[in-house]
Amino acid sequence: MSLLHWSVLTPFISIVAIPLLFKHIRRIHTGWFVLPIPLLLFIFFAGHYPLQSGESIVHSVAWIPYMDVYFTVYLDSLTLIFTLLITGIGFLVVLYSIYYLSKDRESLHQFYVYLLCFMGAMLGVVLSDNLIVLYTFWELTSISSFLLIAYWYQRKKSRFGATKALLITVFGGFAMLLGFLMIYAATGTLSIRELIPIAGEFAEHSLFVPAMVLILLGAFTKSAQFPFHIWLPDAMEAPTPISAYLHSATMVKAGIYLIARFMPVFGGHSVWFWMIVVFGIITLLWASFIAVQQVDLKAMLAYSTVSQLGLIVSLFGIGSLALSPNIAHETAMLFSAAMLAAMFHLVNHSLFKGTLFMVVGILDHELGTRDIRKIGGLMSFMPISFTLMVIGSFSMAGLPPFSGFLSKEMFFASTLSVVHNVSWSVVWIPVLAWVASLFTFVYSMVLVFQTFAGEYRPTMLDKSPREAPVGMLIPPIVLACLVVGLFFAPNVLAQGILEPYMHAVIPHLLSPGEQFHTAISPWHGLTGELLMTIGIVLIGTIMYRRMSGWVSVYEYLPRKLALNYLYERLLNGLDKVSAKMTKRYMTGILRHYFVYILTTMVLLVGGSLLLLDAVALDISSNADIQMFELAIGIFIIISAILMIYSKSRLTSIIALSAIGFLIALFYVVFRAPDLALTQLVVETISTALFLLCFFFLPKLRADLTRMKFKLTNLLISVCVGLTFTLVGFAALGHQLFEPIASFFEDSYELSGAKNIVNAILVDFRGFDTMLEIVVLFTAGIGVFALINFRSSRRQR
Amino acid sequence: MKFTDVILQTAAKVLVFLILTYAIYVLFAGHHNPGGGFVGGLTIATALVLLYIAFDTKTVRYVIPIDFKILGASGVLIAVLTGCISLMSGTPFLTQTTSEVHVPILGELHVATAVLFDIGVFLAVIGTAMTIIKNISEDE
Repeated sequence: MSLLHWSVLTPFISIVAIPLLFKHIRRIHTGWFVLPIPLLLFIFFAGHYPLQSGESIVHSVAWIPYMDVYFTVYLDSLTLIFTLLITGIGFLVVLYSIYYLSKDRESLHQFYVYLLCFMGAMLGVVLSDNLIVLYTFWELTSISSFLLIAYWYQRKKSRFGATKALLITVFGGFAMLLGFLMIYAATGTLSIRELIPIAGEFAEHSLFVPAMVLILLGAFTKSAQFPFHIWLPDAMEAPTPISAYLHSATMVKAGIYLIARFMPVFGGHSVWFWMIVVFGIITLLWASFIAVQQVDLKAMLAYSTVSQLGLIVSLFGIGSLALSPNIAHETAMLFSAAMLAAMFHLVNHSLFKGTLFMVVGILDHELGTRDIRKIGGLMSFMPISFTLMVIGSFSMAGLPPFSGFLSKEMFFASTLSVVHNVSWSVVWIPVLAWVASLFTFVYSMVLVFQTFAGEYRPTMLDKSPREAPVGMLIPPIVLACLVVGLFFAPNVLAQGILEPYMHAVIPHLLSPGEQFHTAISPWHGLTGELLMTIGIVLIGTIMYRRMSGWVSVYEYLPRKLALNYLYERLLNGLDKVSAKMTKRYMTGILRHYFVYILTTMVLLVGGSLLLLDAVALDISSNADIQMFELAIGIFIIISAILMIYSKSRLTSIIALSAIGFLIALFYVVFRAPDLALTQLVVETISTALFLLCFFFLPKLRADLTRMKFKLTNLLISVCVGLTFTLVGFAALGHQLFEPIASFFEDSYELSGAKNIVNAILVDFRGFDTMLEIVVLFTAGIGVFALINFRSSRRQR
Repeated sequence: MKFTDVILQTAAKVLVFLILTYAIYVLFAGHHNPGGGFVGGLTIATALVLLYIAFDTKTVRYVIPIDFKILGASGVLIAVLTGCISLMSGTPFLTQTTSEVHVPILGELHVATAVLFDIGVFLAVIGTAMTIIKNISEDE
């Protein structure tokens, strides 16, 4: 275990302390205890900056070695960017949440447990090299996101949003797992590092394209790409710090991480390029178009996040052209700039969208509403929030002097270079990108001017507006400073982290000693992309001024074709069908269930006995039956008959326990003291339990049972008895494998225990025992819950 | 439910201690002789059931103020943690070791981590059995 392993595990380990701290130290906000964790992790990861080109750190711990599952952590520049985002923004979000969530009213222990669980899982996703480990952490992020969206679970909308997010992301996760398994089947490796050198051979394999499509499905669902984006707006029911953290800065970027990580494997293939570019551009355009229509500030930000994710994804698509075979060196270098732009915009987006979410959270917190129809003219009341909103929005709209301008320009440049270098038939890429950016500009302006400028309407608000507490302002201020700072010094990021990433993805492009052109400069001449930006500002301003004239467009969108409508139809349909099917056999009568269980058992066990021709009766090697053995047997039979025919429950129970005790006697006769002891005690306890239970039952009434019912019971019980007798004889007659008893005979040397049975239980097969007691205890809690919840409901 | 039987109550007062002592013996004897955590735990449960049958639940709850759910949970936790200890020392999960330790008064003692695990099993079994029995018997 290396420090990197521990960095992933730290959030998980610290989870244990959170509920205790919350319970016992109520005076201090639990968030203050959580705060150092992301900070320490951030410092730890920042210590690795800058990584030299191609440098990486690998540590491995065997997890399930015989199935090629190793907990391998792998830190390269791509991972470093993500870890810094996860821990850095995580730190700011925790700080923000301390002021956002009241320590007296909210169940903070749950909040921070889920948050830390997410943080650890997300670090696990970006640090894992092994596909199975990556998948595990991936699903863990989905689950923690589910829990966080449903944090205010009393609200119906929260539960709805949480379920939707879980269903869609886990569906994608399964597809991704399938893709991973295909990779394993095709190449025999689960390590991404080992996969890259053999990517060429893998590309020939028939599973190459299916695996790619399935993995992309996972990435698209997680990163809310069209048509899977519908979960993200509903996920906004989560508390705002969570929306800022999971649903804009980190978790939704996991899909993009996956695309970036698999770029060296799949990049260059035409399916990869087309899928990513087409879905990315559609997402970008559609979501930015829908965003303008929103009246809830958070919903607007959600759609804008979806659209920005589409932008990053499509940039990766363009960048993947650099890896295509038979491409000229110069052109490849041009396309590789798109990949640089993608990574750069990813960082920018996390920064400005984090700022925006936090500002909207402040508005929500101070005003009690996020409806832009109610808010207006807040500029003079909340000057700092206004400034922050301007920085975030203008960066999103792609205006100087904010970092969003740089990456937006690089995006336009990339779309133009595709047209120049591939063919004129893809001219729709820059056109759609431009139109989408127009809408982006419009809603960015809406965000700023409809909330802070315009008319102040105090009657619509529950509270009178005032500036947020300092602690709530610090996190967005830090992010906003970075947004401005990156505009003036983009190369700190570009050359320190992004350049090594490109080295790792496309090393073969470079002749020795050559470097990628990663220097980003704010002014790059009067180029096509600058003209595009100027066009956006001009036309966008007109569109914003005349918005009331064209918003009616949205009314023409068909309701019935909306994805949300389809999702609900599908879910309701599934619900109905499954309810119908379940009702057919879940009758609520215990006897029926017994029939199902026993019949299935007889059919499976008895059937396979007959089919495999395993019925055998070989008693030649048996010892002679002794007198007292026979006597015990006869007594057992008598007790059994007595049990069936007795008219009172008490007699039946006693007869049943007599059978048990007689069996214990058998164990004694056959020299199995451990079994005898256990059987004896178990029998005692279960007799007591039976007595307790039957105490409450009515008297047996023989007249109620009909002949048909009796015959069915007889048939089933005879079949069960017969099957198990046959199994017993078959087990005696066959010896398929060499017995392993001789291994256990050395128990004293192997485990220091002279009692073989106990050595097997606690040492050789200790894992089984551990799981057994977990199951046992779970069953106990189940009984407790069934009985107590039933009686508490009755009281109500 | 409640039975009042003076003979049963008098006998129970003596028997319970005998059974409890025997249960502890069985737990630790399990390493070399017949017994172990599972049987030991169940034996304790029989003693407690005897108490429940002889006296009413209120009295027993007063005498033994233990939440058996917590007892069971801590048993499971102990079992899992002993597994984790071996992880810390670099060996696979749940690897058990033994050693001879010299203890004053008692002399040479054969110490095994397996016994610790067995105690976890022991507690889990008591907790579960008693949770079930108590809830059924207290149900009105």
